[in-house]
Amino acid sequence: MSTHSTRSAARLMVSPSVILLFIWMIVPLAMTAYFSFRFYRLLSPERTGWVGFNNYTWFLNSPDFWVAITNTLLLVGGVLIITVVLGVLIALLIDQPIWGQGPLRILVISPFFVMPPVAASIWENLFMHPQNGLLAAVSRGFGTDPILYLETYPMVSIIFIVSWEWLPFATLILLTALQSMSSEQLEAAEMDGASALARLRYLILPHLGRAITVVILIQTIFLLGIFGEIFTTTQGGPGNSSTTLPYMIYKQALIAKDIGRAAAGGIIAVILANIVAIFLMRGIGKHLDT
Amino acid sequence: MARAVSTQRKIAYTAAAWAVGLTIFFPVFWTILTSFKTEADAVASPPVFLAADWTLQNYADVWSRSDYPRFFWNSVVISIGSTILGLAIAIPAAWSMAFVPGKRTKDLLMWMLSTKMMPAVGVLIPMYLIFLWTGLFDTRTGLILALMLMNLPIIVWMLYTYFKEIPAEILEAARMDGASLRNEIIYVLTPMAIPGIASTMLLNIILAWNEAFWTITLTTVDAAPLSAFIASFSAPQGLFYAKLSAASTMAIAPILIMGWFSQKQLVRGLTFGAVK
Amino acid sequence: MGQITLKSVRKSFGEVDVIPGVDLDILDGEFVVFVGPSGCGKSTLLRLIAGLEDTTSGSILIDGKDATALPPAKRGLAMVFQSYALYPHMTVKKNIGFPLKMAGMDPAEAEKRIQRAASVLNLTNYLDRRPGQLSGGQRQRVAIGRAIVREPAAFLFDEPLSNLDAALRVGMRQEISELHQSLKTTMIYVTHDQVEAMTMADKIVVLNAGRIEQVGSPLTLYHNPLNLFVAGFIGSPKMNLIAGPEASKHGATTIGIRPEHITVGDGPWEGVVGLSEHLGSDSFIKVDVPGLGIINVRGPGELGVHHGDRIKLAPAGKIHRFDANGLALA
Repeated sequence: MSTHSTRSAARLMVSPSVILLFIWMIVPLAMTAYFSFRFYRLLSPERTGWVGFNNYTWFLNSPDFWVAITNTLLLVGGVLIITVVLGVLIALLIDQPIWGQGPLRILVISPFFVMPPVAASIWENLFMHPQNGLLAAVSRGFGTDPILYLETYPMVSIIFIVSWEWLPFATLILLTALQSMSSEQLEAAEMDGASALARLRYLILPHLGRAITVVILIQTIFLLGIFGEIFTTTQGGPGNSSTTLPYMIYKQALIAKDIGRAAAGGIIAVILANIVAIFLMRGIGKHLDT
Repeated sequence: MARAVSTQRKIAYTAAAWAVGLTIFFPVFWTILTSFKTEADAVASPPVFLAADWTLQNYADVWSRSDYPRFFWNSVVISIGSTILGLAIAIPAAWSMAFVPGKRTKDLLMWMLSTKMMPAVGVLIPMYLIFLWTGLFDTRTGLILALMLMNLPIIVWMLYTYFKEIPAEILEAARMDGASLRNEIIYVLTPMAIPGIASTMLLNIILAWNEAFWTITLTTVDAAPLSAFIASFSAPQGLFYAKLSAASTMAIAPILIMGWFSQKQLVRGLTFGAVK
Repeated sequence: MGQITLKSVRKSFGEVDVIPGVDLDILDGEFVVFVGPSGCGKSTLLRLIAGLEDTTSGSILIDGKDATALPPAKRGLAMVFQSYALYPHMTVKKNIGFPLKMAGMDPAEAEKRIQRAASVLNLTNYLDRRPGQLSGGQRQRVAIGRAIVREPAAFLFDEPLSNLDAALRVGMRQEISELHQSLKTTMIYVTHDQVEAMTMADKIVVLNAGRIEQVGSPLTLYHNPLNLFVAGFIGSPKMNLIAGPEASKHGATTIGIRPEHITVGDGPWEGVVGLSEHLGSDSFIKVDVPGLGIINVRGPGELGVHHGDRIKLAPAGKIHRFDANGLALA
């Protein structure tokens, strides 16, 4: 389909995006790496110099860092498990013969379109607030003291909020995959004598395998960078109990204004993301055939 | 998958499904409800569902007093701006990758996907510094650039999958009919690509509006969109719940409505075409 | 107008030589059919002539002028695609008028041509519809209409009937033949269906793996196939090809005899009837003859033989002889 004229025109047209993304990838990353090996604080910019791996060792020696890593992994893992498991169940339910599937889908999908600060704010104030929140009212209704969710269980609360936001995404993807399944395949299985449970186990779940893989992959990319919800509610606290790696780096960069340290943190975050990606690719890469 | 089932079964499934759906939607519903209450009703204990005197005053207050209109406008400008910029760069790229694929095209696409995998904090420092040094910090232009770069892989991929669905033979027919490349694009490709471009535009506006990292870290006062505003507004003291609910409802309403119509686009765009 | 010459045309995709080398002369006004099995390169050859693909080497001349480097728009050819490739967002009228618009033709003149094409193809009542509202046959006609208005030097058809159902196919086949009669323009037609080739062509080009096996009129190919491939390709059901001692009897490595050239009754070949198909107008039977293999026989009317019958067959037409390389012997 291609001839000389179209091919050279094509190359010209891809270039801007490739060049842009390339620069966007290489230059900032290189700069981050550069600064990570330097001492540079915005409040005292005259004092700069090479400090080798000092910034990195600061992180590795800081207990906050390991808490942040743990929290990051908890967040990603927790949300993944909740959204995928519930997503499959809800998708299966919605796919059954029911009335009003259209409007129902709209209800289920809504949380995904609520911007993270608003989602966090709604949960923080309208629900989890110890005096005025709805959950507090429920506790009082049961005669117990309201739970201070965001203070006592900060990480769990954050995981809950983020799961609420991302459950619709998982459900929608899985529902789409479910509905793309050929009904003839299921009918053939039924003629072969397979029960509903058997059809679920041997036909439906394997078919969903690919969609689940995609959901896990895409969600992981986004979940590793969750920021807005934490910024809005706990600011990483109390103490460091809900600080994730991105938030920790943010604090170093924009609050402590320690460029060197934040840069080192950034590089560590990139390495972490790559490790997670490798594990993901290896573990479930087989399901993917683009 | 729905076949004739007993009505009993159908009722049971419907009840269960709607129970789940309503539960998931409840927080949004509660927020909208609260936005029409008086402040007293908003924090009443036990909670008031349907307020006796419901009011639009909260909306009026939020809109007229605080800088809310400015933040709203920033959100609009940044979302649409980054979308248009992104489309301008992505459309030619996706065109050539879809219609004149080379040996490296597949690799190129996967590489673009991988750039999305890089955590934003990895480039926070350079972005922050470059924005400070070039005066882009706390400007709408700066945010438009940042968000465009963030979403460019998604835009390219999404357009690519839509373009791939345009039968190559129709473009060849145009060529045989004597159309130059320019005419081919104007009279044949673009009309056929418009639905795909519109879908991509919709999804990108949604993603840009809801973005909550660069919009918070690279702004302070001038260019802060709604995401930054709500994020800083949400401090524990001095809160007025009804007004907060009104502010939240206005912040999410446009995207919520857009989102209801863009389920298919969401699936295609965010799974990079892997699920259709 | 409409004379096309291919000189040593070669096409490779990377390492693969799809067309190793083709020389061909197409005369003005001829109806030429490129026929061959899937993957033989017939569509590729058509697209090279159209200009939708670049040749790797060789030259293509249109009316004596070298068109090898010309883009499709400048070659003065019109193509009807297998999927019709109609513009879905344009009405039938705009579809047909598109090439004229691209040529910058005066709108009044264009209107005349469009109306003329529409009446020839019975599309006048459909001019304001969109392709999505038309049936397969109607879309086919719009595609042809779009080609006709340009009054090209030659028409190129890429398997235009394969997306139609059987009954429609026969009708459209005849319409295209009639179109050729009235327009008298060169037509190059690609198909894998040898019945279409035989019924429509002035000249058939049989292709196999990018090579021309034989060029000739339909009856020439039928009576005098130059090699085993053409012998087995032309004619339905296929020619019976027999090797072994029976072939040696006739001084060849392989002999061929067409199913319609065998009579049932008395003859040298005796065997048991296997599958038999009775269409009323013809009978097709498979006979297992020891030493020869399964012989296909076609007979007029009702042959009255059935599965398991023991019958005798006799060759009653030309026995084609082929040597060890598959080439026909005189």
